[in-house]
Amino acid sequence: MKVKLKQERIQTDVLIIGGGTAGCYAARTIALNSDRNVVIAEKANLKRSGCLAAGVNAINAYIGKGRTPEDYVDYAVKDAKEIARVDLLLSAAKRFNTVTQEMEKLGLVILKDEEGNYKARGKWNIKINGENFKPILAQAVEKQSNITILNHVNITDLLVHDNEVGGAVGFSIEDDTAYEIIAPQVLISTGGAAGLYKPNNPGFSRHKMWYPPFNTGAGYAMGILSGAEMTSFEMRFIALRLKDTIAPTGTIAQGVLAKQVNAKGEVYEKKYGVTTSERVYGTVKENQEGNGPCYLKTKGIGSEKEEELIKAYLNMAPSQTLKWIQSGETPNLKDVEITGTEPYIVGGHTASGYWVNTKRETTVKGLYAAGDVAGGCPQKYVTGALAEGEIAALDMIKKTKKSGILQWASKAAKEKVKEYERILNRPESVFTYEELEEGMQKIMDEYAGGISTGYQFNETQLKAALNQMERLLTLSDQLNARDMHELMFVYELKERLIVCRSVISHLLFRKETRWHSFNENLDYPKTDPAYVKFINSIWENGTLHMKVREIKKEAEYEHSN
Amino acid sequence: MSIRIEKERCVGCMACKDVCPGSLIQEKDGKAYMKYPKDCWGCASCVKECQTLAIHFYLGADIGGDGSFLTITQEEGILHWNFVKSDGSRNTIHINRKNSNQY
Repeated sequence: MKVKLKQERIQTDVLIIGGGTAGCYAARTIALNSDRNVVIAEKANLKRSGCLAAGVNAINAYIGKGRTPEDYVDYAVKDAKEIARVDLLLSAAKRFNTVTQEMEKLGLVILKDEEGNYKARGKWNIKINGENFKPILAQAVEKQSNITILNHVNITDLLVHDNEVGGAVGFSIEDDTAYEIIAPQVLISTGGAAGLYKPNNPGFSRHKMWYPPFNTGAGYAMGILSGAEMTSFEMRFIALRLKDTIAPTGTIAQGVLAKQVNAKGEVYEKKYGVTTSERVYGTVKENQEGNGPCYLKTKGIGSEKEEELIKAYLNMAPSQTLKWIQSGETPNLKDVEITGTEPYIVGGHTASGYWVNTKRETTVKGLYAAGDVAGGCPQKYVTGALAEGEIAALDMIKKTKKSGILQWASKAAKEKVKEYERILNRPESVFTYEELEEGMQKIMDEYAGGISTGYQFNETQLKAALNQMERLLTLSDQLNARDMHELMFVYELKERLIVCRSVISHLLFRKETRWHSFNENLDYPKTDPAYVKFINSIWENGTLHMKVREIKKEAEYEHSN
Repeated sequence: MSIRIEKERCVGCMACKDVCPGSLIQEKDGKAYMKYPKDCWGCASCVKECQTLAIHFYLGADIGGDGSFLTITQEEGILHWNFVKSDGSRNTIHINRKNSNQY
């Protein structure tokens, strides 16, 4: 029997796509400061969705005593080798502390010294118990009567007409319902993109990765296809992690000040530099030169510190604690092996994402972006995502409230629903979404600088990868889905392919090596001062147009075109 | 990395299904069922929800697992992380949610 989807139309003042850290904070800000109705469309369930499912065991962007937001901007700009927007960093950094205090009021536990000041861990970090960070935030959102939460609703497309947003369209993964959500203001907060490259553990534990595997780059893909200007996809992010469990290294490196050492016991980190990308690069190099594996030197830290470390991981990456307890090879007894992850695209760490103005409005009118999906603001982390959610929300409620049914939007939504039904009713295709995903990850790994090539590539390889992505994109249009859940998997694959195409195009355009490992171009192995510029792109009439933007250091930026 | 749901212990409350950030758990014959074990991120959200210790969290063999697993119980803001090693020995770590990390 043919599947026919039930269609539901929802009208709201503000639609938030993605109820993670940024989305939740924005929703709450709107609810507390206006009478506007908000709908959050969340593809999982608000309680634990997004990056903070397992928790987070430190706030990594906080302005401590004696430091200023401007100091943070300097640090982030240097770490990104100039490819960062001062206006975005400064506006986020000015809010790091107030959003932290707000989270504390909601119930987040933060460690304090005798005088009541937050206790620092490293230069910009404070210690918290963030195991239940997301449930605390979700609960605060649920309390607001003018916020409607649509759990298990996957949005696939923005409704955009004449470069102005009018809502979005998606479907429930639990029942046969398609949603047309009409909203004159939309905040996109869907996170970054994992799963583009072959992961560290490609088999049974393929999702044991650093970034949430459920963040598939949906927001990037929707923006690209809507003609929004996007920035810095060539600035990939590769995390330095504990081997196998892909648990964080910062807890050990900053917590017990463990150094990076090679198999000969030599401290190698200073040899290659200490920026985020150089720490990964050094580890790759040491392995290539036969000095691997590499470790964080924890042996001999003592049982007291060891006990605290084992506990700390339970609040963020319990698999690492299980690994230590299971083997008995605890950090006091054995150094902890480290590795680089596969590359991700994530605006919370690098500058990748939507090109926004200082208020976080994208180049599409009425469409805002916050958190990992928003570009130009590297090292924003969790507090930056909260801050961006707040900045976007406050600007949205300043604008005049609009209402009314948009005829063009309904028409576009209906077309999309027909597409869902076609995929659901199609006979079994030659390939499955899983096979195409594997193909994509293999190509990205081998030709676009994945783990197997030590993150390096050249132009010939990138061009081959681009061709292969076109093949997979064509094949993805033939996929079928047996249920609503598979329909989501089909769209997730399409999203990843669209993001991959942009990533490769950006990597091709930056003809230099600005960041080791993040963009290690073997044809252009040196940093070229001519590339102290943003590489942006806009999808127009079926082609990706590249655009170069100058680095500006003003405190305020408005879109001029 | 994944979870195993012990059918005998599962009471079918579906709290785990609701909370999974990947929507990977489904209902089958009135019980929770891990439909996509390879897609598990290992966040342990479901383990925290389960009141009957039916969900076992373990490391995949490809990342060093030896069959040891953990379950979680909670009371008054204290999380008890129960480790059951492959030789049957047990170990529990107690975390008071009111205390922050030292690192």
